[in-house]
Amino acid sequence: MADTLTLGHRNFTSRLLTGTGKFASNEQIRPMLSASGSEIITVALRRVDLQASPQDNILTHIPDHVTLLPNTSGARTAEEAVRIACIAREAGCGDFIKIEVITDMQYLLPDNHETLKAAEILAKEDFIVLPYVMPDITISRQLYDAGAAAVMPLGSPIGSNRGLEMKPMIQRIIDTSRLPVIVDAGIGRPSQAAEAMEMGADAVLINTAIATAQDPVQAGKAFSLAVTAGRMAYQAGMAGSSRRARASSPLTGFLQE
Amino acid sequence: MSFSTQANDWQSFDFAAGFHSVHPNEIRDALDRAGSQTPLDTRDLLALLSPAAQDFLEPMAQMARNLTCQHFGKTISLYAPMYISDFCCNHCTYCGFNARTHFPRTRLTLEEIDREARAIADTGIRHILILTGEAPDKTPLSYLEDTCRIMTRYFSSIALEIFPMTETDYRVLKQAGADSLTVYQEVYDPAIYKTVHPKGPKSDYTFRLLTPERGAAAGFRAVNIGPLFGLGDPASEAFMAGLHARYLEQTYPHVEISLSLPRMTRAGGAISPRHLLSDRQFVQTLLAWRLFMPRLGITISTRESAAFRDQLIHLGVTRYSAGSRTDVGGYHVHTAGTTVQFEVTDTRPVNEVAAMIRHSGYQPVFKDWEIF
Repeated sequence: MADTLTLGHRNFTSRLLTGTGKFASNEQIRPMLSASGSEIITVALRRVDLQASPQDNILTHIPDHVTLLPNTSGARTAEEAVRIACIAREAGCGDFIKIEVITDMQYLLPDNHETLKAAEILAKEDFIVLPYVMPDITISRQLYDAGAAAVMPLGSPIGSNRGLEMKPMIQRIIDTSRLPVIVDAGIGRPSQAAEAMEMGADAVLINTAIATAQDPVQAGKAFSLAVTAGRMAYQAGMAGSSRRARASSPLTGFLQE
Repeated sequence: MSFSTQANDWQSFDFAAGFHSVHPNEIRDALDRAGSQTPLDTRDLLALLSPAAQDFLEPMAQMARNLTCQHFGKTISLYAPMYISDFCCNHCTYCGFNARTHFPRTRLTLEEIDREARAIADTGIRHILILTGEAPDKTPLSYLEDTCRIMTRYFSSIALEIFPMTETDYRVLKQAGADSLTVYQEVYDPAIYKTVHPKGPKSDYTFRLLTPERGAAAGFRAVNIGPLFGLGDPASEAFMAGLHARYLEQTYPHVEISLSLPRMTRAGGAISPRHLLSDRQFVQTLLAWRLFMPRLGITISTRESAAFRDQLIHLGVTRYSAGSRTDVGGYHVHTAGTTVQFEVTDTRPVNEVAAMIRHSGYQPVFKDWEIF
């Protein structure tokens, strides 16, 4: 059976989500997508300008086979996030929405409370809701109840490249969540992406580390390989990892005989 | 506790002695901490603005570029200013619109504002900054409200650089479509402030100092502040502006804070600058602010020359104005005979500034906000 990532009603082969921000040129987006195999790319609605020239309109740089994940960057409340989501859908950006409700501009940390409120409303409006949150198992359960399609805990602050500073909390979410877990933000190196996948994350979202690399195309490829390797390692049930049950040759099996 | 308490506390500080006391090792330490993403404190800011830091401009620049790239990417946002009226009741000794300067004053009609807006939007600009002098009888709240509403037809972000208002009035303009506020303290040194603002409502130092706080409380999503270099001692002014920005960042975490480095050029009727900011000091200030506040927006206007602005791109700047006219109706309505607030030095049209940004390996960003 193919190892696919399912979000809402859609299946994806790639477990690497990417972003459109921070590139030196929008022209780099298409070859990056091609090299990384990423099938989902996030774009801030605030940056979309349908009236702009093709060069300056981000959307013209995203191939048709790649799924757009508009995000609500700029929203400070649930109400604003909902409004942005509706504008995005009306603008033809599809049903996927990444909820970002950020009230801390210094570290760009999300407001879980407002995010949950927005998720509840948008799920009812038939959006495929991917909320960006502080790693918290309670919110991750509540998001499941709210009808979200995934939970996106941050690894460390956006753009910090500090990797999985929230590792123990993310692990708890992975262990308990009934939703796919996409680690978003803070992953600065392919090895950190591999680490998240080895832990059992269903996918990762990488933007800054790819977009600000000297060669974003090469960086996209490197992250893609790391995500694949991390996923394989997780599925292989690596020695030293106690997260996956092992059926073969239990050491105390003799006690039941 | 407002920023005026902090500003008061620093008034008795001996800046000359403070800057002089900085040891080069303090700058090395600050650079190390900036590199490991450890927040810098006020002593670090003092060190980075001190004469001793002039020997560290290159490592400061490398660090500033990395931090800026990390937090803002390889992008430069663009905006344009629109002067809608040059009537003013203030007596700022350094300003071309000073009430005592005699020239035919202009206030655009709403129809003219619409034409100006269209002309600017045609250049690709999506972020507008509205400017006006202080003349409540000529440019009352209702006029500004109507102006904002017109702007929403053409622009995706509307910023105000107008006289200080009450929080209530700011809420009215926010409701009409404005999302950002720019207000310069001009000079943080209260004694100099008094000398250069002898009369008019602007002579109230504290009311002006607390304007960014009223704007943040009114719900603006971005607040831009700065000193006007050329009035007070540059290093201590830069220090106070840095403290002010940090205070706002911490007190209003939902607001994007940015700093500008306007430095005086000689506009009509103006006094000569007393403390010229050299290019070296300009760069040092920019770098010190960036290291002190890695997520700070830094805005550079067309007061600076094209050649200088081309170089600054790599040093931590996040936003440029482009194609600017600083006279009322300068884009379309009037073509000659008006007075400028300050002389534009980088006179390139928007497409040339955008081309320069691309050529430098950065992406010019025209739209980074959505009115929702």
